[in-house]
Amino acid sequence: MATTHPKSSTANRRWRWFANHTASVLAVASTILVIAPLVAIFVDLVYKGAVSLNWNFFTKLPAPVGENGGGMANSIVGSALLLGLASLMGVPIGISAGIYLSEYGRGTKLSNVVRFTADVLNGVPSIVMGIAVYGLIVVPQKGFSAFAGGVVLGIMMIPTVARTTEEMLLMVPHSIREAALGLGVPNWRSMLSITLKTAMPGVITGCMLAFARVAGETAPLLFTALGNEFWSTALNQPIAALPLQIYVYALGPYDEWHRLAWAGSLVLVFLIVVSVALVRFVTTRGVLKGAS
Amino acid sequence: MADSTFRWLMLLCALSIFAIVALIAIELVTHSQMTLAKFGLKFFVGSAWDPVSGEFGALPFIFGTLVSSAVSLILAVPLAVGVAIFLTEMCPKALRGSFSFLTELLAAIPSVVYGTWAIFTLVPLLREYVDPVLIKLLGWTGLFVQPDFGIGMFAAGVILAIMILPIISSLTREVMTAVPHTQREAVLALGATRWEMIRMGVLRNARVGIVGSIILGLGRALGETMAVAMVIGSSPTISKSLLAPGYSMAAVIANEFNEAVSDVHRSALIEIGLALFLVTIVVNACARLLVWAVTRGAPARAT
Repeated sequence: MATTHPKSSTANRRWRWFANHTASVLAVASTILVIAPLVAIFVDLVYKGAVSLNWNFFTKLPAPVGENGGGMANSIVGSALLLGLASLMGVPIGISAGIYLSEYGRGTKLSNVVRFTADVLNGVPSIVMGIAVYGLIVVPQKGFSAFAGGVVLGIMMIPTVARTTEEMLLMVPHSIREAALGLGVPNWRSMLSITLKTAMPGVITGCMLAFARVAGETAPLLFTALGNEFWSTALNQPIAALPLQIYVYALGPYDEWHRLAWAGSLVLVFLIVVSVALVRFVTTRGVLKGAS
Repeated sequence: MADSTFRWLMLLCALSIFAIVALIAIELVTHSQMTLAKFGLKFFVGSAWDPVSGEFGALPFIFGTLVSSAVSLILAVPLAVGVAIFLTEMCPKALRGSFSFLTELLAAIPSVVYGTWAIFTLVPLLREYVDPVLIKLLGWTGLFVQPDFGIGMFAAGVILAIMILPIISSLTREVMTAVPHTQREAVLALGATRWEMIRMGVLRNARVGIVGSIILGLGRALGETMAVAMVIGSSPTISKSLLAPGYSMAAVIANEFNEAVSDVHRSALIEIGLALFLVTIVVNACARLLVWAVTRGAPARAT
């Protein structure tokens, strides 16, 4: 074999047997090593989070420094508001871009460049997006705001939604489009009510994935939504968000804060895992395959 | 009429992706004008960072970003390739789905949760058990020496490795699945063992794509903010020891931006962001081109 020059064929065979088994053992070992931290993280999260979770967590505001028993109600509501804003912006634009890529721009140079740019945009660090929106919205308005936070998360959703929508629309067979057009339905109508509708489960999957991804984003919110100790649902005021609050509490000096950080992490991961699992369920149950 | 309006609307949304990239670039350049004009390229080679007296050199952050990313790649790449080999070539079909589901979950956990876990579990673990062993075994290299606080460059590298593992391994798996079965069969028919089949039939064919997925992981590591900011130690110094506290480009922006002492300070932080933006664009573009080159001709993703 290429790597060794064995003296005899027995030595050669032994070496190959050895290499083969070592490789297998290493592959299994690395899989275990990779699974181990995941299990550790989940066990830690569930154990430390569940101990700290109580009804107050969902209903109370953060307690003043030094007092026990606060909650993160305002952060949960703030996160929901921010994610709602983000979805309002990211989902329609993302889906439309996906429709263009799959239905109009298939194979054209422009759509290749758009696709490529979307993939590259996906890899731009979220903190950089945060600075850009800070310059775009926070500086002119002279203040941090929930609106700016929603915009930055919305921008981050666009590339993911666009790419998954495109992939799902590509799976819709041509005969379905032709059937609609054959009935004299205008092109735009056939795209929205026939093609998009057929691919809907997949498109929703993509939106959920994008949603799950931005739900945990902290860095871009630091300079846009800022965080807030109090109740606020005003769009032009700083707003609390779950990931921001976890960050503050985890780095804080008090045990009570650490406890809340764990509880917040558990709630956040639970929400994300549920949406990912839902996506997984939908995509593997043949809902999509049935469409094609 | 309605058709062409619809078409233009869709086109506009597709073009918005260009607009976003352009917007980010414009915002970053205009808001870092002050330091761009004042320091020029010296900004990236100066190692003094003292916002109060107006000295701004980004070298410690560049160093920290590069070193922590390098540590994470050294730890993550062999493991990720090992997992991909196990999942594509060895794993019983029944297990494959649940394993890939687990790695997907790992990818879905937010950065701040990784950071929280790192502070309370990983760092004490490293400080008590792992670092002493490394100091004893590798102390002579000068990379692992006292003092050891647990937090620092090495801890940042480890948590980054855990975070980029899923993306590298899932893409590697995708590239390896794209290698045609005939390649494997041809090598096996020549009497190769399973490892030889993997090495010659699969890895050799997939290597360009694997490199692409590694570069993509690098892109993630370079820009990762929260988890790194929480464990890297936040000290703008350049130290040979990996156990010493450091700082990364993304972490310094996260920590100092809202407490910036002057406009110049803020401008300097935005310029670091600009550098990060350009680097990650280049890194991601390279990675995408490599992955694309390999999977382009392959049959649709069979998972």
